[in-house]
Parts: sequence; structure tokens; C-alpha cells
Amino acid sequence: MDLKTMTYLVVGATFALYLGIAIWARAGSTGEFYAAGRGVNPIANGMATAADWMSAASFISMAGLIAFQGYEGAKFLMGWTGGYVLLALLLAPYLRKFGKFTVPEFIGDRFYSNMARFVGVVCLIVISITYIIGQMKGVGVAFSRFLDMSYEWGLLIGILIVLFYATLGGMKGITYTQIAQYCVLICAYTIPAIFISLNITGSPLPQLGLIGDHTAAGIPLMEKINQTITDLGFKAYDADPRSYLDMTLYTLTLMIGTAGLPHVIIRFFTVPKVSDARWSAGWALVFIALLYTVAPAVGAMARLNVTDTIWPNGVKGEAVQISELPTWFNNWENTGLLKYEDKNGDGKLQYYNDKSDAMNAIAAERGWKGNELTKFDRDIMVLANPEIAQLPNWVIALVAAGGLAAALSTAAGLLLAISSSISHDLFKGIITPDMSEKNELLTARLAMVGAIGIAGYYGLYPPGFAAQVVALAFGLAASSIFPVLMMGIFSKRVNNHGAILGMASGIGVTLAYIFAYKGLFFIKGTEMFANTPENWFMGISPEAFGAIGALVNFVVAYVVSMATSSPPKEIQDLVESIRVPRGAGAATGH
Amino acid sequence: MENDSDSGYWAANVRLLSILLVIWAVVSFGMGIILRPMLMDIKVGGVDLGFWMAQNGSIYVFLILIFVYAVMMNGLDRQYNVDEE
Repeated sequence: MDLKTMTYLVVGATFALYLGIAIWARAGSTGEFYAAGRGVNPIANGMATAADWMSAASFISMAGLIAFQGYEGAKFLMGWTGGYVLLALLLAPYLRKFGKFTVPEFIGDRFYSNMARFVGVVCLIVISITYIIGQMKGVGVAFSRFLDMSYEWGLLIGILIVLFYATLGGMKGITYTQIAQYCVLICAYTIPAIFISLNITGSPLPQLGLIGDHTAAGIPLMEKINQTITDLGFKAYDADPRSYLDMTLYTLTLMIGTAGLPHVIIRFFTVPKVSDARWSAGWALVFIALLYTVAPAVGAMARLNVTDTIWPNGVKGEAVQISELPTWFNNWENTGLLKYEDKNGDGKLQYYNDKSDAMNAIAAERGWKGNELTKFDRDIMVLANPEIAQLPNWVIALVAAGGLAAALSTAAGLLLAISSSISHDLFKGIITPDMSEKNELLTARLAMVGAIGIAGYYGLYPPGFAAQVVALAFGLAASSIFPVLMMGIFSKRVNNHGAILGMASGIGVTLAYIFAYKGLFFIKGTEMFANTPENWFMGISPEAFGAIGALVNFVVAYVVSMATSSPPKEIQDLVESIRVPRGAGAATGH
Repeated sequence: MENDSDSGYWAANVRLLSILLVIWAVVSFGMGIILRPMLMDIKVGGVDLGFWMAQNGSIYVFLILIFVYAVMMNGLDRQYNVDEE
């Protein structure tokens, strides 16, 4: 069977499965729609959380980022897993005990202020919409590469599928489709990785392959990679980071940002008990770790594979003939993610670091006229992996289905976070408190349609800042939502004024720093400084600044609260009650 | 609401999670990043300890920390009679 038919079959079968689950798990009440009736098994919730959390970025982009950053890429690995420790220890059990439906609802109740709740809603919507745009782009790319469909049609099909099961099933439908999507994406990620690890290191476990020996060369894999890429003028794979301070803050920002992402937090509202919320965070990390401990091996091995493809006999020998390039090379060239140019007209493809003086000396000697691999998008590393390793067609089809599962499951979780904060916080909570449950459910479904409409529009006409939004989403979550939630639980003294001013100053400082280097609302030409390491304050990149924003939030909230009156008695009692598990309502009621 | 058993429970919880968070920071920011240059001579297979902690090891420690917390808290919940049964 040819690859295209196979891919249609595999992707079609997974979509049919998601739709089947959606019809089976329809939501009838707001309790089911917002929190799946609080009846989800903690292990099942862990699996759903893993799919919810692992987005197109984790599946498609992360290993490629690590491949090109080497050691420093560890900031993504630690940052996007370490946040679960914070969630399990500092937030999830207490928010489950609180027993309501949304994150802004907790902020509003704990700080007895609709203003605080409103700030929470705004942060949640900005974070979630920016995040969802990335997912829609991932869907479009997967369709256009693997199913030979135009990007626009791919996007539209993706929107219709996710809209169908998210609006029909709410949290209940989303939870069970996410479990199916997790199974698809983890198989799609690990199967090629196992084959590649076997090929290169002889170890069936990629985690062991990474620290093992390169079979053909008989030396450690890391030494082999270092040799291969330093010969081309690139820095060693395990080289020191540019700045230890920046790497530390970057990692910390991703960690506290992860713990503050509303669509992840609300997953812990679905389990029956407080103790289940603690277990469930552990299970979520088990399922996430299955991908995250494999990703560094995929990155390192892909880097070696690509370099070896272009330099089959090393840099001392000749580069590959362009006419003899493997088919995956031309397949990806057609998508525009990969470009090459025979600058010196010798029919061979010289790939090297033409910013290195030592390499340019060699290049002059050998008649090279600059690096000829002019574009190599990091996303190719995962998507082309099975083709690079010459795996059978069904594996390639599975990777396409896996990328789609990762993007759709995250998009659905984000849609739910947006729709519940609009219907439950904005309408039921602030604008029209006497709304009936039936109307609230309808509002939630309409909000979902609106949110995906906006995300789809930006997926079709990507704004210039699409690549920058990760900095914004994690910076905002780290500097606003995480600190205010943590203080709401761990301090009885922080009051409404402290929370509001703390959030405002945390967001303010973070946005000011990001905008100073990336332009006001990411509009080109409005930057105050060029976005280069020499200009950054103490070498801290805009992406890493959320941790500083969080610190500002904590300090301001504490100082302001100390200078003003204590929260009323009933709020202090509320804090006391969320600190102990006893009395958590298992029922779904409202 | 505020009685001795509540505050004893809360103090025990804060003590436990503080210890776990110190370990969390030491394995990731410590061994994985800041202390890596000092750990260069210790090898895990073909890579140095700091590299391995940063790209693989810290994730395993994170997992252990969460499960240790879940088990210990179940014990504390029962000890202070605040569990959900």
C-alpha cells in the first residue's frame, strides 16, 4: 500500500475513534461539562493531563530545538516537567478541595474581588488563545505534509473535528478523547525512537542509547556527535550554555509557568478526591516522562543522522551529491521547511558553519562558497525521523496521526479553559449571575465556537508574532497566575489589594521587558533595544523574564497586604478549609 | 476551624514539601545547571553527570518526589484525622 493511502487510513481511523468517544461521552450538566462530573480515575486523568499538556510544540518541535541547542536545550526538558512538582505540592490538592470549576473563580473568591477575578479571566484568555494558535498551525502543517492537502483545508478539518467533540462532550468528552490521543501520540513518538536508537547504538531504550556507545565508531555516542559537529565548525553538543543565569531563569519561568497554566490546573478538578489530585499529578508526569526522557535521545541522534546524511564520509571526504540526496530531503524541500542552494556549482551539498573563521579558511581552500543548506526547520527533526531512519510506511503514517493527536488534544483542553472562564466567570459570575444552568451550558458551547473561530483565523493568517507567543504565554502564567494561586493557599494574610496590585505589577514588569525587546505587542519597529544577548539586562532573555515577574508579584502582594487590613474572617476560614482534605465534595453539584 | 490538630497538620505538610522542594531545586538548578562544571569528572555512561541530570535524571527525581509526597501525605491525613473517608 502506498504511503498516502496508508496515512489516510491511519489518520482517518484515529479521527473516527475520537468522534465515537465524543458521542459516547456527551455532557448533560455544567458539572459534567466543566469537570467531567468529578468522576475521573486518577490514572486516567494523569493520561488525559499528559495529552492535554503535550502540545504540537512538545511533539513536533522540542526534539529539534534540543538537537540544535545541545545541552542548553535541557531548559525545555526540566522546565516543562519540573512544573508538575510545583503543581502536585503547592496547588492541585488545595484547588481540588476548593471544589469549584475555574481558576479565576478561585482568585475571585479567595481575594473577595470581582476585579481580581476579571484580571484572572483576561490572563487566562490571552494565555490560552496564543497557545491555541500554535496548535492550529501544527494541524495545518501535518495535513499539508502528510495528506497532500492544502494547509487551509487541513486547518478547517482540524477545527471541525475538535469543535465537534469539545462542544458535545465538554470536559467529559475531552478527557476520554485525550486518553485515546495520548496512546496514539506516545506510540508515534517512541516507535521511531526505538528503531533509531537500535540502529545507532544497539540499545532498544533511547534513554540508554543517549548515554551509550555509537556502534559503528565504537566510542560513546556523545563523543561521536561532538566530533562530527565540531568538525563542521559548530559548538560541541555538550558545550556550556551562553549564560548560566539565563538558563536557570528560563527553566524556572517554564516551570512556574507550567504550574500556572489554567488548562492544566482544571484537569485536577475532575478527580473524585483531594488525595487523587496528588496521585494524579504523579501519574501525569509518568506519562509525560515517557516522551520527555526519549526526546533528548531523538534530538541527539537526529542531529547525527542529518549530518551523516550530508557528509557520508565525514568532512575530510566529499559532501553528498545533490542528485543522490535521499527522497525525504526532496519531500521536505517541497514543503519549504528545508532549502538548499549549490552556491559553488559543484553538484555537492556543503553544510558547515560559515560563521566560523576556522571553517571559512578550510572552505576557501576547498572551493566552498558558503553553507549550502540554507534552511533546515527544526520541526523536520521529528516529522522526518522515520523517513531518515528508513522505517516502514505505517510508522510514517503513525507519526502524522501522532502530531495531529498532540495538537488536537491540547487545543481541546485550551478551548475548555476559555469557554468555562467566559460562561462561568464572566457571565454567570460577573455579568448575569441569575443565569440558568441550561443557558450557562449554551453560553459555554457558544464561547467555544467563538474561541476556535478566532484561533482558526490566526491559524490561517498567522500574525508576525506567532513564534514569539510562547514567551508571552509562559511569562504571563508565571508572573500572574502561579504567584496569586500560591499566596491564596499558603498565606492567610494576603488580601484583595495585595493580589490585584501583585498581579498587575508582575504582568506589567514581564510585558514591559518582553515588549522592550520584541516590540510593543510584537509590532516590528517599536522595539526599544535590539533583541540580542548583549542588550539584555544581565543577559536575561525575554523568554526567561517571567520568573522575575513572579518575584515582583510576590513582593508587591506581600508588602501591600501588610500595609492594609487583613482579609475578613470568612476568607481566613476558607483558607483553613482548603488546607485539609476532609469534606471535599465528591458530588458534581453546583 | 483553627485548632491544634489543624495547625500541626499544616506545619507537618509545609515541612515535608519544603524538604522535597529543596531536593527539586538541587537536582535541576543545582546539579543540572549551576554545579555542572564541578561535576564534569563524574560520568553517567558516555555523558557527564550534569548533562545527564539536565536532560534525563532530574525528570526521574521529579517523579519520585511527587509519589513520595502523595504517600507521605496520605499518612499525615490519617495521623491528624483529616482524611476523606
